[in-house]
Amino acid sequence: MNDHLTVPGDRPTRTRLAPTPSRSAPTSAAQHVARLLADSATMVRRGLAQWARTPGQLVVGLLFPVMMLVMFAYFLGGGMAVEGGDYPDYLVPGLLALTMAFGLEETMVTLTQDINKGVLDRFRSMPIAESAILVGRSLLDMLRSTIGLLIMIGAGLLVGWRWHGTFAAALGAVALLLLLRFAMLWIGIYLGLVAGKPELVQAVQILVWPVAFLSNAFTSPDTMPGWMGRLAEWNPMSATAGAVRDLFENPNWSAGSWVSDNAVMMAIGWPLALLAIFVPLALRRFAALGK
Amino acid sequence: MFSRDGTDAVAVQALTKSYGDKQALAGVDLTIPRGVVHGLLGPNGAGKTTMVRILATLLRPSTGHATVAGFDVLREPDEVRYRIGLLGQHAALDQDLSGRQNLELFARLYHLGADGARGRTRELLERFDLTDAAAKPVKQYSGGMRRRLDLAASLITAPDVLFLDEPTTGLDPRGRAEVWDAVRSLADGGTTVLLTTQYLEEADQLADRISVVQRGRIIADGTADDLKGRLGADRLDVVVHDAAQVSSAVPLVQAAAQADDVVADQDRRLISAPVTDRMSALSTSLRSLEDAGIEIEDVALRRPTLDEVFLHLTGDEPIEHTTPEVSA
Repeated sequence: MNDHLTVPGDRPTRTRLAPTPSRSAPTSAAQHVARLLADSATMVRRGLAQWARTPGQLVVGLLFPVMMLVMFAYFLGGGMAVEGGDYPDYLVPGLLALTMAFGLEETMVTLTQDINKGVLDRFRSMPIAESAILVGRSLLDMLRSTIGLLIMIGAGLLVGWRWHGTFAAALGAVALLLLLRFAMLWIGIYLGLVAGKPELVQAVQILVWPVAFLSNAFTSPDTMPGWMGRLAEWNPMSATAGAVRDLFENPNWSAGSWVSDNAVMMAIGWPLALLAIFVPLALRRFAALGK
Repeated sequence: MFSRDGTDAVAVQALTKSYGDKQALAGVDLTIPRGVVHGLLGPNGAGKTTMVRILATLLRPSTGHATVAGFDVLREPDEVRYRIGLLGQHAALDQDLSGRQNLELFARLYHLGADGARGRTRELLERFDLTDAAAKPVKQYSGGMRRRLDLAASLITAPDVLFLDEPTTGLDPRGRAEVWDAVRSLADGGTTVLLTTQYLEEADQLADRISVVQRGRIIADGTADDLKGRLGADRLDVVVHDAAQVSSAVPLVQAAAQADDVVADQDRRLISAPVTDRMSALSTSLRSLEDAGIEIEDVALRRPTLDEVFLHLTGDEPIEHTTPEVSA
């Protein structure tokens, strides 16, 4: 029996690796939960170590929306005539929603890298709770997006945006933004598992732009050609941006349509609907990795 | 250590795997006793990786049965996973993290605890001669170092069975030698190894037993010597100076090699024959060619290429890739 292993070294007599303590798979539900928690924590630890090793990448990712804010507020903002407020009051909530929506690529890219490098296979050949791979990914992405959100709120305050509502309502707005991010997370996991190829990541990275601009993030859907305006109104990102404007008591684009009158409800309903579709799809795809 | 007693390291019966119409494994039986290094030799797409992925619990077979260290890969995957190590075709490492961080991360996922993970990592880094590079990010490692770290990561639990999927593909000769050394000393220590390779030489160097795989089936099985015997051993290649003399040289080489299946290539002015008695075949053919006044440009004794192995075993068309040749 292989109690011991020897491995190379330039010692004259081969030394032996001590065997690891005998371990076996969890049997009770409590043991399963304990393993899931421990493995998820290890996955998070891995992500944090990656951030610490590549701070530049992290900072660039976090500052990208800030750059967009500066571009739109100062380069284009001068030409934006809006009723009932300053352009930043419209723009900042829109960009907060956009930042969350763009999280989709982030999730997709990191997952795709793990698949292509074979890291996912190595994890799956280990006695871990496999769901820890997704739980860890979710925790890391949500943490990163929360940090990104706080940075953007700070940057928004610097360009002159203010919220006028209660603190509770502001927290509600943040919660809605994170809910949107959570829905994007699962779409990202699904796409990463389905596509798993750098070319498709690139396609998604390009396609998020028209989807992001076909919304109320930067301008009123009323200014768009009719059918496009309707599409933009029904964009899940528009729902969140509209609801966030309401909760921050920032001015909103011309009200009157059913969608904009029910923005908060839409901002809850859309992400939940997306989650109802993409969580099962992603989980099925994940389970099918062994097929 | 904690394999089920009295079981083979790997036992596979009637294993198949299909993707739609495509059959990756077409019914494989394989038994690997403990402590043996077993090579799966075959070209790309023969089903080697599919086999390893099924045994490493990454892939479910379509039909058939497989146990590793006595545990069923389908019904007891967790038990299998505590007892195997897997080295995939690509270094499955976090390039941005250091060697130490990589190993500690994987050790935690084997549930060794914080202290256990640190201790095991220190031990593995030292054994694989990576202590000096431990703090550097893996992307700064050489190919051979990366592969050694990868190998160390697959040995965290001191596995009963180690799967190596084309462990030296893409490595330079030095990296290849490093990995071969590591595998040899693991084998000396009694680890069961299942190794896939496209290179006859690699299987020959490392494996106690070899299964030749083609189109999802094992088409030949045995020790390296058994197979070499069946493969027609070494080959004698003679290149004559004048293309017009190829046809008159063939019977002379054939007589000297005492072989029926001599191959002549008019364009390359090459006559190639399998030989059993190398030196006698070489000296006899040189002498009789000289006596017949046929000028020789080049002569070589070499190991059969994988293409020739496959041709011999299957009578099939040659496979589509090149293999390193060993010239005499």
